[in-house]
Amino acid sequence: MSDGSLMLDGNAAAGVLQEVFVSDATTARGACASCGTIGEVGSQRLYMAPQSPGLVLRCHGCEGVLLVLVRRPGHVRLGLQGFTWLEIAQPDAPA
Amino acid sequence: MAGAAVQRRLTWRVAEVAELVDETPRVRSVLMHVPDWPGHLAGQHVDVRLTADDGYQTQRSYSIASPPEAVDRLALTVERIEDGEVSPFLTEELRVGDRIELRGPIGGYFVWDVADGGPLMLVAGGSGVCPLMAMLRHRAARASSVPARLLYSSRSSADAIYGKELERLGGEGVGVVQTLTRMRPDGWAGYRRRIDRSMLQEVVWPPADRPLVYVCGPTPLVESVAEALVELGHDAARIKTERFGPTGG
Repeated sequence: MSDGSLMLDGNAAAGVLQEVFVSDATTARGACASCGTIGEVGSQRLYMAPQSPGLVLRCHGCEGVLLVLVRRPGHVRLGLQGFTWLEIAQPDAPA
Repeated sequence: MAGAAVQRRLTWRVAEVAELVDETPRVRSVLMHVPDWPGHLAGQHVDVRLTADDGYQTQRSYSIASPPEAVDRLALTVERIEDGEVSPFLTEELRVGDRIELRGPIGGYFVWDVADGGPLMLVAGGSGVCPLMAMLRHRAARASSVPARLLYSSRSSADAIYGKELERLGGEGVGVVQTLTRMRPDGWAGYRRRIDRSMLQEVVWPPADRPLVYVCGPTPLVESVAEALVELGHDAARIKTERFGPTGG
């Protein structure tokens, strides 16, 4: 791509998201606030530029922004504006 | 499927290089001993971090090519990207006995376990074959009878990774179909074009058989294969994709 940015799958964000969520977030299911499509994070579209501090996850149904993550030293800013809900498996947690 | 292998805080570990295997002129496998490796699922990846003398750090993700059963030999298969920061080091300068930092396993989405069943349909372009090889090695290690096929696109037979092992797997019940897009050996009777819809129609089980499909390779290949499979009537929910772009570096 000419601008050097890159379209990948949500599963490519597994490491970065696991830093925040502790458990694996790519198998989490979420509902898109724009079109209602429900899908696993790993199946969504991930946009990032090499060496950039941020990434954008977009819905594979409507391309609406689901999640924005920006890293800077000592902080992670997480924008979850495009998810109505996100369901993360916690098999070890008490019921 | 997910289970314990992906439920923990990621920590950097120091791995020791145990063996280096040249797969093609541009691709090398790095086999490592990782102390206290927690185990992984076929299809997961690791982050590798290099630190320069001046403290500059850079990291890349690589798929794990070894099966979960090879507990003391974690294998990464790395393609050299000419202007990359990490892959030239891993493929040219790394020596047996060296130590590198890695963390993982990472990702529970693009994974396959024999318990997931099949038929297992794998479609790869170039070094996209690496995580799929972990799945085939896992299947072989477990002596699984799940039907499996691999459709693998390379530029030439010299560029095809795991050539000998794929031949052997072919003899052990895995349907291995290769297409060579640029150069073919004399007498090559196989496919000689990029993977397209008619090739998928010939090689992939029909939609009624509900194959579990894993596609890994460069973005354009993954995009066109996934699209064609859906057009052919395959359930999008049974197609998992892993694109890699020029971040490989």
